[in-house]
Amino acid sequence: MDLSLSEEYQALQAEIRSFIAQHGDKSPKVGGGRKRPDQKTLDWQKRLLEHGYVGRTIPAGYGGAGKTPDVMEAAVIAAEFARANVYAGLTNQGISMLVPTLLEVGTEEQKRQYVPPTIRGDLIWCQGYSEPGNGSDLANAQTKGELRDGFWVVNGQKIWTSSAHYADMMFLLCRTEPEKSKHEGLSYLLLSMDSPGIDRRPLKTMTGRSEFNEVFFTDVKIPETQIVLGRGKGWYVANVTLKHERLMIGDAGKMTARLEQLIKLLQTSEINGDRLIGMAEFRDRLLRLQGEVIAWKAHNLRLLTEAAQGAASGVKRMIVKYGGTMLGFRLSSLAVDALGAAGLPYESAGEDAEDDDATTWNIDYMYDVGLMIGGGSNNIQKNIIGERGLDLPREPKAAGRT
Amino acid sequence: MEFGLSLEQRQFDDSLRDFLKDRLPMDRLRALAEPGVGFDADLWDGVLQLGLPGLLVPERFGGAGLGVLDAAVASEALGAAAAPLPFTGSLVMAPLAFIHSATESQQDEYLPLIAGGEIRVAVAFAGLAGQSGAASASLENGRLSGRISGVLDAGAATHFLVYLPDGNAAVVEASATGVTTTMHRSIDRTRPVADVTFNAASAQRLAAANAPLAAARRVLDAGRVVLAADTLGSAQTMLDRAVAFAKERVQFGRVIGSFQGVKYMLADCVTALEPCRAMVWYAAHAQDGLPDEARLTACHAKAHVSDVARDVARMTTETHGGMGFTDLLGLHYWFKRISFNRQILGGPERCREEAAALQGWTLNA
Repeated sequence: MDLSLSEEYQALQAEIRSFIAQHGDKSPKVGGGRKRPDQKTLDWQKRLLEHGYVGRTIPAGYGGAGKTPDVMEAAVIAAEFARANVYAGLTNQGISMLVPTLLEVGTEEQKRQYVPPTIRGDLIWCQGYSEPGNGSDLANAQTKGELRDGFWVVNGQKIWTSSAHYADMMFLLCRTEPEKSKHEGLSYLLLSMDSPGIDRRPLKTMTGRSEFNEVFFTDVKIPETQIVLGRGKGWYVANVTLKHERLMIGDAGKMTARLEQLIKLLQTSEINGDRLIGMAEFRDRLLRLQGEVIAWKAHNLRLLTEAAQGAASGVKRMIVKYGGTMLGFRLSSLAVDALGAAGLPYESAGEDAEDDDATTWNIDYMYDVGLMIGGGSNNIQKNIIGERGLDLPREPKAAGRT
Repeated sequence: MEFGLSLEQRQFDDSLRDFLKDRLPMDRLRALAEPGVGFDADLWDGVLQLGLPGLLVPERFGGAGLGVLDAAVASEALGAAAAPLPFTGSLVMAPLAFIHSATESQQDEYLPLIAGGEIRVAVAFAGLAGQSGAASASLENGRLSGRISGVLDAGAATHFLVYLPDGNAAVVEASATGVTTTMHRSIDRTRPVADVTFNAASAQRLAAANAPLAAARRVLDAGRVVLAADTLGSAQTMLDRAVAFAKERVQFGRVIGSFQGVKYMLADCVTALEPCRAMVWYAAHAQDGLPDEARLTACHAKAHVSDVARDVARMTTETHGGMGFTDLLGLHYWFKRISFNRQILGGPERCREEAAALQGWTLNA
């Protein structure tokens, strides 16, 4: 057991602290997100890129800092930004999913064209995966792509497409080889969201915002070369993308930050002049959550160490999404209860404005429920934990509705 | 940075688990549990060979000089086997009490005897531990008087080490005139509790600490973390057994582990329990090397692991159906061990009270 940082990481830590001391005032507000980055955010992203705090492992030729991947470095960077409550850079689907995929399997042309503007935040992507008929069964995508006269002609519908309403581009999984098997019939295409025939319809969620969209394709023409890796390789490419799904290193920092905000909220809120932190019922809930956060933070350190050692974490990794989203919801629930009736006025200021604290907590409170559903719902997670983690037998196949 | 157990710690863990697996099959555990004294001479000799009594005793006094993290690793293994051994009190808190509260000559007198397994010291707190029951003691002119109930590891104790309200301590021989021990088989037949009455018993004062209360709390905190580790090991055994059972038991023509109702209970258990292991390691490490976090993490580890383990104990018993409720499977030894650990050295509610006080979160007047 050694929680100290070696000299090279201490040096990195000191460097970031001095960077934040010097430039931290130019940081956009942490959180928010889910909207097109404004100029302040783009300027900040540029500054982070120059210092290698984002795009750190992306080759210099494509606009990154060209460092060797190192989970501990990534953790030090994430921890320092979280500690200082300073914006740690854009984390959209283009940056976290498409860029690593292109770097692994894209053509030189695709890398040069797309990676630099994406990591700068100038080019925003959305992910065309889910369809109305297949939420969990991704390989069953039915949106069609037919090759005609040097163009892919796409018809069909996608849903739950985050940020499609302001995205410039989409990475799309569609069926181009209908005669082949389910997994071998898919291709991975890159297209402009301004292409004629695309109809984006924002899907208003319970938060009142439009975080998702439905996207309809009617004879949308995409140049033949806009394919990644080749025909019928879409499932393979999609899995490369999933492989790059980042270990939730930043989440412990986020969880800690939320707990700290919650403690402040209970220390400063009052009912009839009595502080909430001095009320046994509120205080007990806070204490229980503090215990849980300590446990998950330690668990995260354990996973981080295993990742640095290249060890497979098995069930320890599989519990993170389910356990983490449930804890997140309990944290935001207590915040909403601490705000009480005074926190009921709710006017989400819209995509481009900063919300007040109460509205932000309320959005988190609702969004946390969305997080339990998206990316593999809680019940899917429990199947994974039970079947892959504990090696319990699968549910027998029932006769499906035909 | 490396968060985890060292190779030596893993090897030590393996050898202790192998030993316990060999020496404590279910029929043996049943036989040892029946008298409920929490001690067996053969088992004690065995762990002596493994060096358990000297684990925390500094090398210059004949021990291994290891830390609370090593003790937590051992404790998890002991809990996993429901071993009837005086560990948390006699082999963790007692050596730490001499290290933190005794003079060099007192250490020289007692620590080698602890490391050699020649004496077994039960540790009791007059109030500080936050246990329900009697908890009073005073020392005047070398005479200890008072009464403390719910004393851990008293089943085969040769000495009692009593922490006084001021944080200094007193050591008495269990056989001394004026010491009356009333043993109770507890809900957990692998560990008894004792009511101990001191009537002007001849005692040696341990008052070497510069900050006596802080020293006493360090001992208490280490005890809490090590009990949390025992609870973790107990809960893990129950979960492992429930998972194995769910893969074998057939109902309605299906292995019950294929039912989502069962599968999800077990998924909930592992999701709550696995982070407890990292939490126990972190809290144990904090006792060894992170003084600023030591108290808070000890309180939270004792509280949180106890709460998680109660749920795991309930759900894994339920997984076994009616058989889980019988004596036949012996699963109840772990259920009861978890229940026992929860109440000793302060339950979750008390520990969280202390965590609140540490942070200045006082209740409105």
